[in-house]
Amino acid sequence: MAEPLLETRDLVKSFGGVRATDHVSLTVLPGEIHAVIGPNGAGKTTLIGQLAGEIAPDAGTVLLAGADVTRLPVHARSALGLARSFQVTSIFGEFTALDNVALAVQAHAGHSFRLWRPARGEAVLREPARAALAAVGLAHRADAPAAHLAHGEQRQLEIAMALATRPRLLLLDEPMAGMAGTDSERMVDLLRGLKGGHTLVLVEHDMDAVFALADRISVLVYGRIIATGAPREIRANPEVEQAYLGEQDLLHA
Amino acid sequence: MGARLRTGGIAAALVFLALVPAGAHLLDAPFYLKLVGRIMIWAMAALSLNLILGYGGMVSLGHAAFLGVGVYAVGILGAHGAHSGFIQWPVAVLASALAAAAIGAVSLRTSGVYFIMITLAFAQMLYFLGVSLKVYGGDDGMTLSARSQFGGLVDLDHPAALYYLIFALFVAFHYLGHRLVNSRFGLVLQGIRSNERRMRALGFPTFRYKLLAFVLSGVACGIAGVLLVNFTKYVSPAFMHWTRSGEIMVMVILGGMGSVVGPALGAALFLLLEEALSGYTASWPVIFGPVLILLVLFARGGIAGLLPAPRGAPRG
Repeated sequence: MAEPLLETRDLVKSFGGVRATDHVSLTVLPGEIHAVIGPNGAGKTTLIGQLAGEIAPDAGTVLLAGADVTRLPVHARSALGLARSFQVTSIFGEFTALDNVALAVQAHAGHSFRLWRPARGEAVLREPARAALAAVGLAHRADAPAAHLAHGEQRQLEIAMALATRPRLLLLDEPMAGMAGTDSERMVDLLRGLKGGHTLVLVEHDMDAVFALADRISVLVYGRIIATGAPREIRANPEVEQAYLGEQDLLHA
Repeated sequence: MGARLRTGGIAAALVFLALVPAGAHLLDAPFYLKLVGRIMIWAMAALSLNLILGYGGMVSLGHAAFLGVGVYAVGILGAHGAHSGFIQWPVAVLASALAAAAIGAVSLRTSGVYFIMITLAFAQMLYFLGVSLKVYGGDDGMTLSARSQFGGLVDLDHPAALYYLIFALFVAFHYLGHRLVNSRFGLVLQGIRSNERRMRALGFPTFRYKLLAFVLSGVACGIAGVLLVNFTKYVSPAFMHWTRSGEIMVMVILGGMGSVVGPALGAALFLLLEEALSGYTASWPVIFGPVLILLVLFARGGIAGLLPAPRGAPRG
């Protein structure tokens, strides 16, 4: 087995009496799409927060490419190659789409204590940004203010921003949220295109998307991982079925 | 088209400002020289606040503190016989940088209402420090015995010379501001205003950038204070009172947050209105208040929001 790119060991996080993360041990292998699913309230958001560095775990460790990053702040994890997208669309609305992505490029192009040269004229920032926009199919919207983009386009923009940081690992928090029909099909295609070249942790409610994309799936219930495996193993797992009682249609769709 | 109109407007404003001393001389009305000089000084203070307020989204209600640091740096050195501008000005810059670094390092750990309150508290601390300095006039303040001296280079006792020094710095501040907000640093600052959490996730250690912006802003305001004390020849804690901070903020909001030319327009409107109304009636604030409210309500984005936008830079 290859060295995992991301690994958590016995991660624990409680809020008051609620144990939102209960000894979670997770391994994400290089090049795989690893989906994390679970019913509402399973602790997916808390887990993502700990992976990204926004929430400090009570116990346990987070390893990125073998290095302990448990105590590292968000920006330092990003510098090590962890990029994320947010469940609620999180872009810079008053900037153009291209500006949004260029800022992401800038974050990983040395420090930004440069106070003189116009940043919008820097080819080293603009060219990779244009490439990332083209990669998600937004090249034609480069100069539109991000706030004016359609919801689906904004979600694509988020992916472009994450890609522009040239991450080793992409942490996608419900990229399909609020999407339907062609929009979600386009997003599935986009994510499928990243397969192989990128490592993805995909937290998602949309079961069609998860089973279409994931190499492996971890199922989170009440803060615990009850199963990890290939999609067909997860489908056949009675415990998972039990957890999703009433939602079997989703699993077998 | 809009960009050309804008460039033309700026050029016209510069020509007008450059000709004010000649005009005031011809009309034998030195009052106008003083009025425009005063507007430019407050415009610089407002411009400095706009860097953190308009571009960085940091609502500081204690910005007059740095004005006071500049005023007192010159005043205290002057009181001890150090009148050389080559000493006074660097000391003022250093003092306001240190003050801003200290205040920023603490305040920027908070946000929202707490940030407003803590910056206000720091400014009031400095205000009461000024009041308690009996040697330097205490509550009443003191007259500055002499303006900053620059050898034979420039004589600030000459009204036109002082005016042109203010004008030169006024122009320089705006040019620097324009470069700054479009630089990598400027974009980071605006990104933080828009969505700080996102900026951290992209990999920016946001605190450092905010702190540098806070220090640059404090230094710029300190320099405005140095000009102010040379202008009024008076040192007083009143320059640091929180109502002063409030006025600077009103100028920024009035002129347009997140616009380079906005604060100057806001300062001009504010001071001209004050001047016109106070000549009309003693209870001028009764009129002034509602006028401000109406302007803010009906001209969102300030006066600058009514002007054509610069190309390639959507306004925040």
